[in-house]
Amino acid sequence: MGTGNEAAVRLKMLNKMILVRRFENQITELAAEQGRLPGMQILATGQEAAVGVVLALRTEDVIVTNHRSHAHLLAKGADPRALMAEIMGKETGVNHGKSGTLHLIVPEVNALMTSTVVGASPPLAAGAAFAQQYTGSDAITAVFFGDGAAAEGSVHEAMNLAGVWKLPLLFVCENNCWAGAQSFDVHCSTGNIASRAVSYGMPGELVNGNDTDEVYETASRLSARCREGGGPALMELATYRMRGHGEYDRQHYVDPAEIEEWAARDPILLYRERLIEAGVATAEQIDAMDEEAGRIVAEALRFAEDSPYPAPEAALDHVWAEAGAKIY
Amino acid sequence: MRELHTGIAIREALTLAMEMDERVFVAGEGVGVSIHDNPIMPTHGLLEQFGERRVKDTPVSEAAIAGLAVGASNMGLLPVVEIMFFPFITLASDMLVNHAAKLRYLSGGKSGFPLTVRVKAGMGFQAGCQHSHNLEAWMAHAPGLKVTFASTPADAKGLLLSAIFDPDPVIVVEEMGLYFMQGEVPDGDVRVPLGKARTVRPGMDATVVAYGGAVYAALAAAETLQEEGVSLEVIDLRTLVPLDKDAVLESLGRTGRLVTVHDANKFCGFGAELAAIAAEEGFASLKAPVRRVAAPNTPVPFTPPQEQFYKPGAEDIVQAVRSIL
Repeated sequence: MGTGNEAAVRLKMLNKMILVRRFENQITELAAEQGRLPGMQILATGQEAAVGVVLALRTEDVIVTNHRSHAHLLAKGADPRALMAEIMGKETGVNHGKSGTLHLIVPEVNALMTSTVVGASPPLAAGAAFAQQYTGSDAITAVFFGDGAAAEGSVHEAMNLAGVWKLPLLFVCENNCWAGAQSFDVHCSTGNIASRAVSYGMPGELVNGNDTDEVYETASRLSARCREGGGPALMELATYRMRGHGEYDRQHYVDPAEIEEWAARDPILLYRERLIEAGVATAEQIDAMDEEAGRIVAEALRFAEDSPYPAPEAALDHVWAEAGAKIY
Repeated sequence: MRELHTGIAIREALTLAMEMDERVFVAGEGVGVSIHDNPIMPTHGLLEQFGERRVKDTPVSEAAIAGLAVGASNMGLLPVVEIMFFPFITLASDMLVNHAAKLRYLSGGKSGFPLTVRVKAGMGFQAGCQHSHNLEAWMAHAPGLKVTFASTPADAKGLLLSAIFDPDPVIVVEEMGLYFMQGEVPDGDVRVPLGKARTVRPGMDATVVAYGGAVYAALAAAETLQEEGVSLEVIDLRTLVPLDKDAVLESLGRTGRLVTVHDANKFCGFGAELAAIAAEEGFASLKAPVRRVAAPNTPVPFTPPQEQFYKPGAEDIVQAVRSIL
């Protein structure tokens, strides 16, 4: 990759990753200032190369994600202002303040569902992929889950169903080495998740999850296979969770040397260097891109802070399809 | 009007819905090829009629079945999935309680989940407590889920049609013992609205509120009491959510006495909700305490005499009514 459209895609991926990092750094700052953000904040800092999966998809393709969703959603095209407003619990948020950072749902960009129940996203995604198959669409679904989630039975049930029905479903396991405070080698018996694919009759590929090109190339190839009726596929991104489970997590159980080691493999730094070397962009262009991302995030924060909270009694809305439905 | 078995009436609803709307598909364990080769069972023959695209036999995998329904309904299909026995809904409950019921709310109203879960329930089959356990109160307790529980073939058909075309997720409880009961069923797309109770028998001295097969125990109790000069009003709720609270309170307003009946165990059962409504909103009408007739707080037993003992019968209702007259 290096010229033409490929260069454009690579620049777009770097651009999205930088935006995601800026966005999440802003949340880190706000979370540190007690009282500026309600609830807990869960980030994907260090896992930004996952945008390569989203950019390998088409607009009409669906993603189903989880509590660590900012990179996926921003890459899919969700509005940073409405995301930030939602994270702050404001009326102008993507979900009118019902979601917070954890369950961000943005159907208008085909970010169909988000679940915080670890391992629940794959069965939901199997349903979405079934609908695509049933209606004869050539769209596919990609579902993101973590290495911890891979221990849940629901993930295996979804993989089995997708395997027997040949659903157009790309399973994307972001293996960030930690499930809560439990390291991967303690909770996984096989050493990787990708090898489980063989049990369900699908290809499984383990990729360097901090190498954006490798992520993009694998996702492009496997999603094309799904789209052509080849059935589901599994890709595992070997990556790292830089900021703990949530912003309150001091990572006291992690060897600091491990974090340093992964910081040296930061996907954004690596990709920046690679694109400069390949002549895709200059350092100045990338710096300008970063400044622009900072401006977008600052504007998102301003928008969110200026937005009102929803009315307390609006807590009663959106339970049922018909507004004001009398159930009792 | 022609008479049909409940099981066949349910199949008529499924057939009509599938004929009317391409978005409707049926999925579950053995909904196509079943170990029960019985023409009265609701999905018998559907596979032959509609083919493998629309009648999907799934792996033994309740979370996958329910997830399929949640994801497909969010994409605009109208899934009708089956959970083989009510206790197995615990395996599907993450998808139903945390997702089908909550994702509309979490999305701020952007997402919709027009799915139907048919769940087979009941006792009297000596199946033991892992196959028999009425959990309708669990489902009714989750905001975002609707719950129906029919007692007649006509209602089983009409409620299912309403459920399939309802924009919210609906748990349709089918009492298996009633599959083999016959009754008049209207032809065609005749729906029973969700949230409308039915007065099965008018009366003046006390109101019995029931649903499912318990309605017949209530009717038998009404016959017995009539011989003693006591007039019972029997109300069949038909849907627990939405609840026809007005029908219950109106009847209580006329009779002044309320007995609730269900086959589920008593503690935190649906009868408790009805009793609380009577206390909060119908207290002025109450001439006597509310009585709840329900199963004891044990799992459903296996051996026939114990299973019979467990299930509340007409005599239990008669005694409850006598105690408040």
